[in-house]
Parts: sequence; C-alpha cells; structure tokens
Amino acid sequence: MSELIKHISDPVLEIKDLSVSYNKDKPAVSEVSAGIKRNKVTAIMGPSGCGKSTLLRAINRMHDLYPNIKIEGDIFLNGEDTSDLSTIMLRRKIGMVFQRPNPFPTMSIHDNVIAGYKLNGIRLSKSDRNDIVEKSLRDVALWDEVKDSLTKRGTFLSGGQQQRLCIARALAFRPDVILLDEPTSALDPVATKKVEELLVQLKEDYTILLVTHNMSQAARISDFSMFMYLGELIEYGKTKDMFVKPVDKRTEEYLTGKFS
Amino acid sequence: MALRIRNQRQDFPGLSRRLAKDRLFKGGVFFLSMVTISPIVLIIYKLVSNGYRQINFDFFSKKAPDTYEAMVAVGAGEIIPGGILNGITGTLFMVLIASVMAIPLGLLIGIFLYDQKTKRYAGLVRDLVDILQGVPSIVLGLIAYFWVVKTITHGFSALAGSTALAIMMLPLIIRSTEETLKMIPETIREAGYALGVPYHKIILRVLIPSGFSGLATGILLAISRVIGETAPLMLTALGSMEVNLNIAKPTSAVPLLIWEFYNDPNMVDLIWSSSLFLMMIVLLLNLLSKQLIAKRT
Repeated sequence: MSELIKHISDPVLEIKDLSVSYNKDKPAVSEVSAGIKRNKVTAIMGPSGCGKSTLLRAINRMHDLYPNIKIEGDIFLNGEDTSDLSTIMLRRKIGMVFQRPNPFPTMSIHDNVIAGYKLNGIRLSKSDRNDIVEKSLRDVALWDEVKDSLTKRGTFLSGGQQQRLCIARALAFRPDVILLDEPTSALDPVATKKVEELLVQLKEDYTILLVTHNMSQAARISDFSMFMYLGELIEYGKTKDMFVKPVDKRTEEYLTGKFS
Repeated sequence: MALRIRNQRQDFPGLSRRLAKDRLFKGGVFFLSMVTISPIVLIIYKLVSNGYRQINFDFFSKKAPDTYEAMVAVGAGEIIPGGILNGITGTLFMVLIASVMAIPLGLLIGIFLYDQKTKRYAGLVRDLVDILQGVPSIVLGLIAYFWVVKTITHGFSALAGSTALAIMMLPLIIRSTEETLKMIPETIREAGYALGVPYHKIILRVLIPSGFSGLATGILLAISRVIGETAPLMLTALGSMEVNLNIAKPTSAVPLLIWEFYNDPNMVDLIWSSSLFLMMIVLLLNLLSKQLIAKRT
C-alpha cells in the first residue's frame, strides 16, 4: 500500500496521517495516508460506517462546521497545506457533490450554476456569467436539455438532471478536485449511467474522488481504488489490480461479497 | 363488488361483524367531527344574521356614533348611524407598530435559536420564550402600562398598546421562525458550505428565501392572534372617539369598540357587525397563511 503512494508523483492531494473522530472513544478515520493522482478517478469503497464519507468531507474541511469533531494530520493541495487556506478559497478549488441532489430551491437553473459566485458576492459581467453557465452545463451534458428553461427553478428538473446541475454548480469555479459522496445512490439506473459517463469525461480536466458503496461502479469508472474498513485504509491501488488480485484478505472478502 | 364481498364473507367467518364495527367507527368519527365544527358554524351564523344590517359604506368610513345619535336611531327603528372607522384605523395603526417592533426582533431571535440549537444559553432563551407565550395578556397590558404609559408617554397611548401586542407576537414569531428553519433540509445548508459561502450569507441568502413562506405564515398567524386582543389594550391604549394616528395619544381599536358598544344599551347592533368584521379579518389572515403553507409543500 505504501509503495503505491511513492509511485504517485505530483499528486493533486496528499493526505498525511489523517485521523477524524466524532467522540473520544473511537476515531471514524484513523491515520490514513494517501496521494491522489491528477486527472484520474479515484474511488473510495468500503462497508457502511467505514469512514469513507468522513474522509471525503475532511478534504474540503466540511467538518469545520461541527466544533466537536477532532481532526489530526495534514492534507496538501498541490503541495500547499489546506489548513493554511481559507475555507472559501479551499472550497473554490475543491468542489463537492452530495448523495442527494441539492440544488438551491429558490434559485433558477442559471442562478444555481453560478450560485458559488453569487453567494460569495463575486461580481461578474453578464457575458462572463452566461459563459460560465453555458460552459458548466455543457460539461455535464445538461445544456441541450435546459437551455430554453434556464430561468425555471432547479428543483423542477428530474433527479438525474438535478444531480448533473449540482455537478455543474461545483464545476463553475473550475476546481482542481471534485469530491463526490455517493452521487448516484439516489438515482435510477439510466441517470446513474449518464453521471458515470460524465465522470469519465470530466477526468480530462479535473481530478475526481468518488465515494461509492457500489463495487461495480468503482470497477466501471475508477482508475484507482481505496478500500477502507473500520476507519483504516486497508488497500489502495490500481482498480484493475485490486479487483483481480487483492492483496489484503479483508479486501478480498469484501469484493467477493463475504461482508458488506 | 358486492359479489366479491359476499364471497369473502363465506371465506372469512366474522367478516360481517368486522365490517359492522368499521361502519360504527366511521359513523362515530363523522358525528364527533360535526360536533367539533358546529360551534364555528353557529358563531358565524349568529354574527352574520345579527350583524349584516349595520355593514354598509358608513360602517367603514364613519367614526363611532355617540350614545344620543344611536338612541334616536334605535327609537325610530332605523339602523344606527356611523361606523367603526376610529377602531379600524386604531387597530391597523397599533398592529403595524407592534409588527415593526416584533417582526425583526422575532426573526433574529428565531434565527439565533436555530443557529445555536445545542448551546445552553439558547435552551434558556427557548424556555423563557415558551413562558412568555403563556403569560396572560392582561399581565402584558399591566407591564406595558408601567413601562410605557407611566414612563414614556405619560398617558394612555397607541405606543403602549403596540408594546403589549408586540410582546404577545414575539414568542409566536420566534418559535415559527425556528421551526421553519429547522425544516429546511441540512443538505441545502451543506450545498452552501461546499461552495465556500460564509455562514451569515447562507442564512440570509439561502435559508431565509427557502423558508420564506413559512416565516410569512408565522408572522400572519401572530398578527391574527393579537388583532382581536382586548384586555391589554384597555390598560394601555384606552380607546378614543376620534381617529388617532399619534403614537402618544389614546387610540381606539375594533375589540375596544366592541367592549364600549357592549356597555351601551343603545349600540347593541354595532357589537354584532363589529364582531363580524373582526372575525372576517382573522379568518382572512388564517386562510392566507393556509395558502402559503399549501404553496410551500
């Protein structure tokens, strides 16, 4: 496992000895170290409660919201310690997409895409605004479906479209990394397929880190996979290698469905 | 359909008894619901049948008559001249001032309680707000009398009445604000955080717009709650025969006029029409807030 971290040169993200605990007794994530390769899809797998979402949310410091969560260790973004960045800057560089689509219910589709700019009080000229909206929506293959209804509410779209809208909202800042927390678990198979195809395309411009409880999804779209169990990173390697020949016995048991 | 039930009856012994029980239960629920709604129907019937004669243009555009005018009219078998303009303007005026005082403060405290959910101080504030909601309105009238009538306006005044009403509105607005914000899914909040939006902007630009209809509903219900209050106004605004829009002067209000009409044997008909008017306003506010709730869901 640690060998592979050395193989990754110029990682976008570097996680070093990261531990996150919700209470004193037991850390939800304990001493995880890993480098995330640029322009690849990396999947984090593991049974429920293994700490995969907790790990993901530590990366853009969502845990800052809850003062009783304790975090140790460091995360570097392009070599820069993320704790030195303001959360505003950090979250502009690391976008996030959630399990359930969560467009802002009072905003139009157009405003949802540039919500990050609007809510942060960043002024843009009208043509810039329209360019960002069009580019982001094209990136998520939603432009042709919604270009005539940009002024309608985002919640008016179907679940799959809403989730792609949320991805577009995360893309609008042109981030380095996109974190996705089980982005397809609330979607039907057709919408899931669209989002998966989209993620494979997006890795040309972005680095994608995806939490999934769906092994076949990880196998389909990820280049690298992490397997977590009880808060520890058990195995991390190329997805192909891991699925063909897992090193750790627990990984093998998980992948063969001995537990889930 | 009937055929199928008959077949089932053969298959399940005791089914007909169960169906009979079901009918009995349905009938009981229907009867009790009728009992529940009958008072409101009777109230509206009484108000309309006794009050409609006095409702005319003058009712909304003229001040309350004096007892002599009313006596002459009643003696001649005519409708009582004049209206309740001084009451309507007084009520609107005082509710407006009370709203200006209570709405911003109530929203802010509600946001504070939502924001600080788990903090001990917020818990204390929440308990005190609940207690405030239970304080009898006449006691609030007394308090407003000592705070405003004796020390600020040195006499009965619209300001004192508004203060009493504002204190009554506060807990209603605070709790409805808190509950509305609580109902907005956490995921919407997180969407804002994930974009690096500062906390105060998430509240102002995301949560409040998302919960707007809920907040408006709370405010409307608070207004409809205080618009018919009489006791605190007796000790503070006192009442007036004139249309008054000076916050330092005594002011009339529709419920105060009803009380005055009640004490004057010549004005009995005006009691009913004024009550009808008040009832309709409250009904309207309630329907409006129901509409807002329906829109939200």
